[in-house]
Amino acid sequence: MSVSTPTAPVVGTDEPSAVSRLWGWASARWRASASILPTVAAVVIFVGMIVYGESAYGRIVQASTLSNLLINNAHLIIIAIGMTMVIISGRGGIDLSVGAVIAFSSVSGVLLAGAGINPYLVMLLMVGFGTLFGLASGVLIQYFNVQPFIATLAMMFLGRGLASTLSTKPERLEDDSPIRELGAVIKIVDGPKVDDLMVTPGVIIAFVVVAGAFFVMHRTRLGRTIYAMGGSRTSAALMGLPVKRTILTIYTLSGTLSGLAAVVYTSRLGIAQNITGLGWELDAIAATVIGGTLLTGGAGYVLGSVVGALVLGLMNVLITRDGGIKPETTTIITGGILLVFVLLQRAVTARRRE
Amino acid sequence: MNASTPTLTARLTELLRKPFVWGVLAILLLLVVNLLKDPSYLAIRVNPTNGNLAGNVLDILRASAPIVLVATGMSLVIATAGIDLSVGSVMAVAGATSMQYLQSADAASSMSAALTAMAMSIALGAVLGMVSGALVAYVGLQPFITTLVMMLAGRGLAKVITSGQNTTATNEQFRWLANGYVGGFPVVFLLALVIAILIMLVVRRSALGMMILSIGINPRASRMAGIKPAGLLITVYALSGVLAAIAGMFAVSSVMTVDVSQTGYQMEMDAILAVVVGGGSLAGGKLSMGGAVVGALLIATLDKTVVFLGVPSSATPAFKATVILVLFLLQADNVRGLLRSRRPRPTLPTEPVDTKVSVAA
Amino acid sequence: MAESPPVVEMTGISIEFPGVKALDGVDFRLFPGEVHSLMGENGAGKSTLIKALTGVYKIDSGTVKVRDAERRFHGTADAQAAGISTVYQEVNLCTNLTIGENVMLGHEVRGPLGINRRATFRAATEALRKLGIGHLDPRAPLSSISIAMQQLVAISRAMATDSTVLILDEPTSSLDAAEVDQLFGVIRRLRAEGVAILFVSHFLDQVYAISDRITVLRNGRYEGEFLTRDLPRGRLIATMIGKDLEALASLESSREARHTETTDEPLLKADGIGRKGSIEPTDVSVHRGEVVGFAGLLGSGRTELARLLYGADRADTGTITLDGKKVALTSPVSGLDNRIAFSTENRRDEGIVGDLTVRENVVLAVQAKRGWARPLSRREQDEIVQKYIAALNIRPANPNMLAANLSGGNQQKVLLGRWLATQPQVLILDEPTRGIDVGAKAEIQDSVAKLADDGVAVVFISSELEEVVRISDRVLVLKDRAKIGEIVNGPEVTAQMVVELIAAHHEEPLPDGDPTDDPTTDGALRAPTTEGASAA
Repeated sequence: MSVSTPTAPVVGTDEPSAVSRLWGWASARWRASASILPTVAAVVIFVGMIVYGESAYGRIVQASTLSNLLINNAHLIIIAIGMTMVIISGRGGIDLSVGAVIAFSSVSGVLLAGAGINPYLVMLLMVGFGTLFGLASGVLIQYFNVQPFIATLAMMFLGRGLASTLSTKPERLEDDSPIRELGAVIKIVDGPKVDDLMVTPGVIIAFVVVAGAFFVMHRTRLGRTIYAMGGSRTSAALMGLPVKRTILTIYTLSGTLSGLAAVVYTSRLGIAQNITGLGWELDAIAATVIGGTLLTGGAGYVLGSVVGALVLGLMNVLITRDGGIKPETTTIITGGILLVFVLLQRAVTARRRE
Repeated sequence: MNASTPTLTARLTELLRKPFVWGVLAILLLLVVNLLKDPSYLAIRVNPTNGNLAGNVLDILRASAPIVLVATGMSLVIATAGIDLSVGSVMAVAGATSMQYLQSADAASSMSAALTAMAMSIALGAVLGMVSGALVAYVGLQPFITTLVMMLAGRGLAKVITSGQNTTATNEQFRWLANGYVGGFPVVFLLALVIAILIMLVVRRSALGMMILSIGINPRASRMAGIKPAGLLITVYALSGVLAAIAGMFAVSSVMTVDVSQTGYQMEMDAILAVVVGGGSLAGGKLSMGGAVVGALLIATLDKTVVFLGVPSSATPAFKATVILVLFLLQADNVRGLLRSRRPRPTLPTEPVDTKVSVAA
Repeated sequence: MAESPPVVEMTGISIEFPGVKALDGVDFRLFPGEVHSLMGENGAGKSTLIKALTGVYKIDSGTVKVRDAERRFHGTADAQAAGISTVYQEVNLCTNLTIGENVMLGHEVRGPLGINRRATFRAATEALRKLGIGHLDPRAPLSSISIAMQQLVAISRAMATDSTVLILDEPTSSLDAAEVDQLFGVIRRLRAEGVAILFVSHFLDQVYAISDRITVLRNGRYEGEFLTRDLPRGRLIATMIGKDLEALASLESSREARHTETTDEPLLKADGIGRKGSIEPTDVSVHRGEVVGFAGLLGSGRTELARLLYGADRADTGTITLDGKKVALTSPVSGLDNRIAFSTENRRDEGIVGDLTVRENVVLAVQAKRGWARPLSRREQDEIVQKYIAALNIRPANPNMLAANLSGGNQQKVLLGRWLATQPQVLILDEPTRGIDVGAKAEIQDSVAKLADDGVAVVFISSELEEVVRISDRVLVLKDRAKIGEIVNGPEVTAQMVVELIAAHHEEPLPDGDPTDDPTTDGALRAPTTEGASAA
């Protein structure tokens, strides 16, 4: 089973020398690295793609491209964060409803704004709708013992269905709607020609979400419980951790983040439609997996998922720049990458178990 | 439980227990609603020139054909405790393949072109299904992730095949699939029915049905009894792919155009609903292909009723989703209701597996 | 030791599940500064009692008093808050986290900016130090230390929350002698500090080495509380299996010894087969028409060994020969292909396919062998199922009934029918008479005897020693996952002899150092093969 390490580094008993302390730190990091390695790999892949892109197409390593990368993928980062938490919690945790919730939330939001409701209230409602969907999923999963994929699949159907009921054609936000301000570009650094360092409030929101998620996962008992549940659901329960409450919380959070992503996305685009978000659950899952989260749960980092989202975004940029690869192939490529990563994960965990 | 001469009420309750009886009742209910609006709703006219039957009922049957096929495949997959979210996309791929081939073949009345198009579509459907099945059986990937990827990649594949266009083609024989009549009945429905019955016969007559159910109900016991799950799983997913491909052909054949975004869109929801209405359970271990067919007919009736009553059809998906949710809840509730009457409910969600203690029933 | 009042006092505890009374009026006391062992065979109710104490199971009747106040806990967190912690056999920690995190999960040190990692790890080291394992690096992943160490970490976690009661449920099942020694050192340390320790184990020697008090349960009933020093082993075993020694001595073997001239080769011969963590390398041989019984207490490795002979599990070492030819038993399919059949003891999880009918359950293995394309005709199925319904007296005699609706005993018969239908040349039966009424038990035993007469090689495993002795030609005795002896059956062989063999075969006093000096394996190699004469 596991390897006994009779030479476990001695820590804390007598005064260790600086060298042995360093050695202890380094070997502890190395042993813990098993779980951080995939995330490091994701960063390496990202950097590699940038290097490749720059050499193949040029104009990648510049402020405007990188700014746009963040601006255009802020919504994906947000839902990837929610997906990460849900997947880390283990036992097949997943949220298939993210895209549908975004569709419903954005369509209803635009319609409400068009009907004259206070735009700030509308944004709040958009997030709130997400919360409701998430809560429903959480109740189904925790209280009714429905498997996560089944519960969130039902929510996905419901979200899409309700969005279609509201409208089947693109709905447009007023040009002067304050909601659009969240998508308004802010120039941080005015560079030569169009090469500016830009940001939108949407990106800032995404950053706040990431920072908040990082804090929750690593500095709160909720986060530690999520990791523990992913390691072993039964152990977490036996250790007296509040498993049931946590399940409800993470699915509600995921739904809320979907609502928030709807706000960020709609504010940038200004248009909402019932077919928005088709396939985004796969993007969120792919971002999470690429970022180093194990589909089986128990391991992963929210920062990794951010990298994963950017990898996907960058892939899109490179494909567009290339021109030779058809845009229709993006879903195939995303699916293929996801499969490759999952297979790799399986191979590595299988070998580790022996 | 079985008395020697069951009373009428006992017989009725027994019948009502069968889930697809509810489906039949629902169909009848919808038809009654339609009759209320138009008493001649069920009228069947015979076209004097070609002897073909026409009428609302025939429209329903025609519309149900693709759903019947996809639901049959889905019922087998779900029986193994799996799921196939890619059926809609496979329909699109099949439609794209056949339209693209026929367009380039440019053979407006060639039987061989039609047959080739059909063969290619079916083969592609089978291959996509086998890939899903292999990933589930050998890699142990969960079915929902595997087929979710296949669903999205499949849509992309359809778009690649037609280069993003909604390809149109002309071919008399292929067109006949969805528009032809045999003995007055629409071919498309007859074909779907025949195929579904054929599969039901094969599954029932061979040991497939029993073995599929066995791995869905208790995979460990099945393994101990010498059943090999891999082959069964691949077969089941491949079959689902083939049936989806045929359904896709039906769908495009009616207008001889493929809509790469819309063909088969949300078909997986219809299929899952049909299976669950017909008595299947997403937890696996229940197989009622007949029930799935009833469910498919129900969905077609529902779709037509909505249009007939003037309700905007964009509302149907939400309604179907709600029904699915309720059925899932009922299934889950059943399990919980059983648990409630059995043991003092443990306060932990689960307990450590103690294989040494026998739970003697 | 004892004369302070008990920390935990359970009186008249009863818990009933549908169809089975798991606990029937059980009393139990835990005193501070004492190690109290809870002993009993399979299904005795030890786990249930623990779960009753911690509130995992609801108590139907009876009282639980903690420090003289009546309490009903609602689960582990609740019990933990009251100072009662449990450490289970499968170390219930999270291997994906670090050692320190595991110790402090749920009570990490928090500051204004959330969890203070440094302080938390410091607290973890403190807790580890209290158990003498402060040298572990709390930042190291839990998976980097051995299971034995992980168990000590689990105990530190319990102690970190200032537990006054520590429940250890089968803590030594995965430990070697040196690790057990280390664990016992920690237990003694805690005992000296006044902690009340509930020690559940089926390893007799360990129980005698560490505990001060023993309570015995049998079939959910309270059989007595004893001071260890006043309870000889034989009497303990007898209490556990419910017969007094005199009655045991009178049970005689009803089988004539066969195969005294071993001119014919065994049909199934396993040399040194073993599997890490479940069973030491062992030799087994079974001849045609012979019934070989596996006898031993719970945890002795009977099922594990049997599974290797079928292919349900793969052996790490050793070879298996069937009829002279070497075979690789890598899966149940390979077992069936070689006409070996295995009836599992876990009929719920690995036996009955509940939502299939009785008919389908009976023909399942036969059908699996034929493949899906060659289905048995309805007539063939009926023939098979009716044959076994009649032969095994399956009730109700309705082949179309769902197997899940049958009683446990009848489900067992259905399983038996499944395996008999494959017409095996080797039939392995693991607890085939568990949960079956007396009349049916006799029927099954007769069937087994008849099978052997027909030339089938039978392996018969049961926790009821008298049963094994009554129908076996040879009895393989197992203890602590190793074979300790074989007894060739004869008229003078009694269940008591087997009991004494197990009791007498106890380890040398636990060694202080060399983990390679493992008495358990040593014992197996030195095992005497008693031939009909009573053991000393």
